[in-house]
Amino acid sequence: MARRLMEGSEAIAAAAITAGCRFFAGYPMTPFTELLENFARQLPPVDGVCINAESELEAVGMAWGAVATGARAATGSTGQGLSLMQESLSEITRAELPLVVFNMARGQGDYFQATRGGGHGDYRHIVLAPVDLAEAVQLTQWAFHLAERWRNPVLIYGDYLLAHTSEAVDVTPIDFGELPVKTWAVDGTLGGSGSSRNVNPLGFEKGKRGIDPEAFWNRLAAKHEQIACEESRFEAEACDDADVVVVAFGTPARFARHVVREMCAEGLRVGHFRPITLWPFPAAALAKIAQRTKRIAVFEQNAGQMIDDVRLAVLAAAEVVPIGGISTDSSGFGVGPMLDVERIRGRVEAVMEIR
Amino acid sequence: MNIPRPTRGTVLIATERCKGCELCIPACPPRVLSMSSEVNGKGFRFPLLAPGCTGCQACLLVCPDFCFEVYQFETEVG
Amino acid sequence: MVERNDEPLAHKVAGYKPDLLLSEDHHLCPGCGEPLAVRMLLDAISELDAAQKTIGVVGIGCYTTFSATMDVDIIQALHGRAPSVATGAKRMRPECLVFTLQGDGDMVNEGLQEVLHTAARGESVTCVLLNNGVFGETGGHMTSTTVIGQRTKNSLEGRDAGYHGYPILIGDLIARLEGTAYAARGSVHNAAGVAQVRRMLKRAFETQLRGAGFTFVEVLTMCPTGWFVPTADGPGYMDKVLGSVHVIGELKART
Repeated sequence: MARRLMEGSEAIAAAAITAGCRFFAGYPMTPFTELLENFARQLPPVDGVCINAESELEAVGMAWGAVATGARAATGSTGQGLSLMQESLSEITRAELPLVVFNMARGQGDYFQATRGGGHGDYRHIVLAPVDLAEAVQLTQWAFHLAERWRNPVLIYGDYLLAHTSEAVDVTPIDFGELPVKTWAVDGTLGGSGSSRNVNPLGFEKGKRGIDPEAFWNRLAAKHEQIACEESRFEAEACDDADVVVVAFGTPARFARHVVREMCAEGLRVGHFRPITLWPFPAAALAKIAQRTKRIAVFEQNAGQMIDDVRLAVLAAAEVVPIGGISTDSSGFGVGPMLDVERIRGRVEAVMEIR
Repeated sequence: MNIPRPTRGTVLIATERCKGCELCIPACPPRVLSMSSEVNGKGFRFPLLAPGCTGCQACLLVCPDFCFEVYQFETEVG
Repeated sequence: MVERNDEPLAHKVAGYKPDLLLSEDHHLCPGCGEPLAVRMLLDAISELDAAQKTIGVVGIGCYTTFSATMDVDIIQALHGRAPSVATGAKRMRPECLVFTLQGDGDMVNEGLQEVLHTAARGESVTCVLLNNGVFGETGGHMTSTTVIGQRTKNSLEGRDAGYHGYPILIGDLIARLEGTAYAARGSVHNAAGVAQVRRMLKRAFETQLRGAGFTFVEVLTMCPTGWFVPTADGPGYMDKVLGSVHVIGELKART
């Protein structure tokens, strides 16, 4: 497929379908609505199903049923809608289902919701935060592969800017390699065999009396530790001899990265670090960088969320300084005045001047 | 006076599984089930079968603990 | 055929448990009506020869124990959420027979909007309700289907309309939705009622397999523990108190 100009929501839906997604359910909410519209338009021609669910809670339930049958399935919303889905999202993790979830967020204030999870119990979602549409298209495809590889939900942290900006992108299918056959998928066929299937977040096993919650939850926690060892991704530029490293995630990171590149071209000692996986957070890589720099400047558009993970990674190795903040437009959905390269540059320069 | 009743069927009763709910007693159309005086390992009284069963399955249908297995004889007995 | 030297020939009419139940063991109370309904559900599937294309979606309640012992492919859902899970499963596996198994607390309290929306949309799934008018598993409190005068843990003097409001007659509500092709209410208070439940379930499943729309079977089940009655009095209490409000019969059967 050649590169063509596509609006974010259209490209992300196309990427999901390219990756084999054949079920989507969602409820309209700004700035997620266009993603739902695009799935509704693009799924039927490939014999997929898109349901306009009557609530977010029912959307995640429908996606649960679809993904349990072995189909590649997704749901999504914006932060508020995902808040409604939290019980189901945490239990879907315990049922070990490979659901892909899209948050087209109203800014960066959903970092905690995404990475800590707003549901109950010990569970983790893999969280991917694209910086631009080209990366979003790749990460969307990777999400379906990753989810199946680990039998765990994967959340894509998008936002208003990503959903509503048009860029030239290429939605060519990417081959991530072989995956095991989904023997656990429920399709009815093992009924009456004595070994019928059981997709179950409670730990019940077919034919066995009672459950062992401790063993069950420990097994899940061990899986999440393994994911944490293997799947963290990040982008780092000019960090090797930087006095200040600017850390940012998602679409605002594109602005921060631009500022860093501009300053580097002028010979200034500034670096840039961008987590691509918000969970697992690339703590080890950032810790190494912190050993060799004086200050870590955290640019995020919220009251301070990712900075907690930065502090945990850096500990005493360098000083951590917030240079972001809450900034949005009059609707609360979109882009605020702080997302401006001159303003960001001013804040980075202020950090460099601290003695 | 006891009028001899034709027995057309019989049941096997898993008495150790019984929880003594007594739902089978009134469910049996010829009223050939009655509760024992002794108790099973769980401490519950359990049903006993008298002659006159027809193999109609009513007891099996109303038993919450799957305690009955129902048979019908090829010819009337007794 | 059972034959021994001196004993008369007999044939087995029915075994202890239905073919599709892996174990007779369960921890439910003496006199509980739910196992009777589960037996009829599994019998209906066997009689339609549908075991190898059935997906069951089980809710949360006393009956959840059967998700481990029903020998059909199962998706365990959360309290109230089975209808949407069933919807997703059926849309991806339209050739399968998909049913939900839910109690009244699950379906009519927590999950009321789910079952109504699923019915309105005419999804080709069968929702099965085990209705005893109490939250059995959590200790016997009142639900949305508890009838006026019914005794539960938090209505010991009987549900009072002024204080607690009125019950929802969910079977009747669902029957009025255009998307519903078949709706019926049965009761396991006696052997004839139990057998009628099996007929209703079969009819619902057949309707689903024809692609005619949403199907619904409500089964009144005894909960002597929740109602504070002796087990032997459970069926009579159910028939008199619940059955007089949640009336037995076929509520809708679109041809």
